Amino acid sequence: MRFTNPKHSLSTVDPSGETSVSLLPTTPEDMWHAHNLIGESDLLRAHAIRKVVTTSSTGSTTSDRVHTDLTIRVQSVFFDPAASSLHVSGTVCQENQYVSLGQHHTLDLELNRPFSLWKRSGWDSVALKMLEEAVAEDTGEAMCAVVMQEGLANICLITDFQTVVKQRVESNIPKKRAGGSASQGGMTSFYEKTLATLLRTVDFTAPRPLLLCSPGFVAQDFRAYMQSEGQKRTDKRLQRIARDAVVVHSSTGYVHSLNEILKSPEVQATMRDKRFTGETSLMDQLYERLRKDDGRAWYGAKPVERAVKEGAVGRGGGVLLINNKFFRSLDIKTRKRFVALVDKVKEDGGEARVLSSDHESGQRLDALGGIAAILTYPIFDLDEDEVEEGDDGEEGGEAAEEGAMII
Amino acid sequence: MARHQAIRNLDYEAELEDEYGPFSDEEEELSPEDQVRMTEGTAQVLEALGVEAHKVTKEQIEDSLYYYFFDVDKTITYLISKYIDPPKKPAKAAPPKVAPKQDVATAGKKSANAQQNKKGSSSADGVTNQVNQLKIDDTPLPKSRNLNVLSEFEKTKGKKTASFVVVGHVDAGKSTMMGRLLLDLNVVDQRTVDKLRKEAEKIGKTSFALAWVLDQRHEERSRGVTIDIATNRFETDTTSFTILDAPGHRDFIPNMIAGASQADFAILVIDASTGAFESGLKGQTREHSLLIRSMGVSRIIVAVNKLDTVNWSQERFDEIKHQVAGFLTATGFQPKNIAFVPVSGLHGDNLVRKTTDPAASWYTGNTLVEELEASEPSARALAKPLRMTISEVMRTPQSPISITGRIDAGSLQMGDALLVQPSGEKAYVKSLQVDDGEPADWAVAGQNVILHLSNIDAIHVRVGDIVCDPAKPIQCVDTFTLKALAFDILMPMQVDVHRGRLHAAGKIEAIDAILDKVTGKVIKKKPMIVKPGTVSRVRVTLHSKVPLEAGQRVVLRSGGQTVAAGLLE
Repeated sequence: MRFTNPKHSLSTVDPSGETSVSLLPTTPEDMWHAHNLIGESDLLRAHAIRKVVTTSSTGSTTSDRVHTDLTIRVQSVFFDPAASSLHVSGTVCQENQYVSLGQHHTLDLELNRPFSLWKRSGWDSVALKMLEEAVAEDTGEAMCAVVMQEGLANICLITDFQTVVKQRVESNIPKKRAGGSASQGGMTSFYEKTLATLLRTVDFTAPRPLLLCSPGFVAQDFRAYMQSEGQKRTDKRLQRIARDAVVVHSSTGYVHSLNEILKSPEVQATMRDKRFTGETSLMDQLYERLRKDDGRAWYGAKPVERAVKEGAVGRGGGVLLINNKFFRSLDIKTRKRFVALVDKVKEDGGEARVLSSDHESGQRLDALGGIAAILTYPIFDLDEDEVEEGDDGEEGGEAAEEGAMII
Repeated sequence: MARHQAIRNLDYEAELEDEYGPFSDEEEELSPEDQVRMTEGTAQVLEALGVEAHKVTKEQIEDSLYYYFFDVDKTITYLISKYIDPPKKPAKAAPPKVAPKQDVATAGKKSANAQQNKKGSSSADGVTNQVNQLKIDDTPLPKSRNLNVLSEFEKTKGKKTASFVVVGHVDAGKSTMMGRLLLDLNVVDQRTVDKLRKEAEKIGKTSFALAWVLDQRHEERSRGVTIDIATNRFETDTTSFTILDAPGHRDFIPNMIAGASQADFAILVIDASTGAFESGLKGQTREHSLLIRSMGVSRIIVAVNKLDTVNWSQERFDEIKHQVAGFLTATGFQPKNIAFVPVSGLHGDNLVRKTTDPAASWYTGNTLVEELEASEPSARALAKPLRMTISEVMRTPQSPISITGRIDAGSLQMGDALLVQPSGEKAYVKSLQVDDGEPADWAVAGQNVILHLSNIDAIHVRVGDIVCDPAKPIQCVDTFTLKALAFDILMPMQVDVHRGRLHAAGKIEAIDAILDKVTGKVIKKKPMIVKPGTVSRVRVTLHSKVPLEAGQRVVLRSGGQTVAAGLLE
């Protein structure tokens, strides 16, 4: 993404939101950035195709599709990650010859067409940070990962900000039976399917790192299959891809195993400077502290807010972790509250990280509620509510024999 | 150009005659490509029709092919409906229950296919099968004899049936021990084992020869590991046993869970050689015992293997016995349900016959098989609604969809209607085979059966699905509450949910409360984390709907480790 006018830059953005910011998306991931920037009741101006029905004097109607620029007040935003397309719907707030005030329209943001954005409540620190990330230089090709197990493969693209599952391949592998013969057919046809899907959905013309991950031997066998296919078809490109592919061990074939994969030494070595390695290590730190239960790690909106208000998240290791999904879906009042949290932490000298919720680390944070904090000093009882635990009488459980558990 | 001489004097007749020959010829002649397609098409049609081919002339075939633009399938359908087997309108209208009457009514007509067979099974002739499949399937549904399965079962009280799962750390000797057991019981003959040994020598894995009786997959043999559960059967005087040989590797624990869910009791194999026991304790020995207990298996036989490598030292045996008994009772097994047997899987001591080695004479207890016979399988839930987990889906000569699995509860008989969840599709039992492959009319809980289904499509049936009674179906849910015992720290996180053969991805949504282990009372509401060894109530959501019922046992795993196991509420 870049500013439409090359003379503009981050410093020329008016924080009060009076003037618009005009941006030009160039890559599919810019749509994701736009998704983060465009919020409810903001004003968005972009190119649109509107179907206009004109009634002639004789009563016959003709409908035309006209190209215009429309300004709408945003009501809802829908982002499709697989297609990287953004649909913004709202009401028109600037009339022109084809549309009148108040009519609904859904803008489909397109690549290489500029759009202008007026933020309703101005550009706060979080929004400015997101804008900064959006206009930063592209850091190279996205990494492709195939997470698989017997009969299931997930083909994903990992960029700096998102993990997109491009396609899922499922196959029924016949199991062995008593007295039956060993049949290789099932796995080979599964590899065939997966390879075909991989080459179809991911563009390999530019070299990009490929990770093959699985429990057991599936990934190794798949790599061997790719190499033998490359030789059979004498396809140089396939041979190159197979040769450069890295096999990593994971515990399952489901997408959430990606967070183990991104921690593995093979990936760390090649992707050292990528953004998500930092986020993954932060999440690991958080988990470690939670396990130790030493009062220095908390998750959930209430405990974290209390901790920040006290000033416990500050200099000397205090970290506030928030998902950006949190900021997208909030109404303006709650958003202001959380932006204030972020600002307070920064003031206190701590670190405030906004994690991308479309990444594996963000998914883990999401599971905890989207917000967590590592404190500089331990505080206990942050989760203690005014109401103490009630007595659920019907929890009696069966009368067990001595020592036997209820499970 | 009209003024040009040539144009004005153009002889049209001559021009046209040269370019376009008499039309009648063209019509009959096909272009060379078309001719090739015609001959190919004719050959395919003849092949497909097979026996019926004598009923149509070559000309008729060629005409139909031409008409349908060389579409072989449409041609065949047309030919069948026109010449070979015109549809019998009156027979089709008859409802399936009237199957015997239909027999009589249509006896006079051409019955080239096995459609009239009362049992409804298709003809064994493959070609005729193909022809049948092209028609609308009006095979009558298998008629249920409406037996009272429970009373039949009471009447034919034969041997007890029991299944046991063999678990233990990787390379403890599980598969080899089971191979040896089968050899000693003459289920597998010496010649087969010798053949396997020769094959194993070729790739340098001679010592794995006995294990290859169970490890039949190509990857398992070349790598020397068990990847998936292997089933096999043997009978003693009193009981008919099913062996479930589980893999020992961490990565294959989902398969081991699938096996443990089908078992009545377990054999835990421990490698007694120096150093191996200790590393096993750190590895899967502990995890497997936890999982076994969580799946509800209450009886465990500990086979202390490879004692011949330590000269049958009684000290070593006692040391191992002491430690293992310690953590098994801590896990929740009752001391009377734990048994210890010193064995040598490779040589067969104490498996079927008592050991003849003088160094082992201090052991006077039961052999492994005797211990197995002494174990009582748990009570079968015969009267409950039918529930069966599908562990395999395959094609057989009897039906394009055949499923294998163990009946967890209830009973079924031939001709029954079944519901497959989560797809929600109905199917009928065409025929069934019990245990060893003998055809039977009914089956009850506890038996491993092969069901041949009709009236269902393959995409609706997958491994891990549940087959249930349509009258009392199992519900598909994507959120559930679980009373779970934590093996590792729990907090809201992503987990894999395992129930038998069913594996699904999900996450712990919230932890509702920490409960007291014995009484079940709420100790703390909405805790931040759950420490290992405590019982808590957790809410789990899944990414897709999965058939689950209260009272079932579920295992939660994350990051390659088992984090919790519990009962569904």
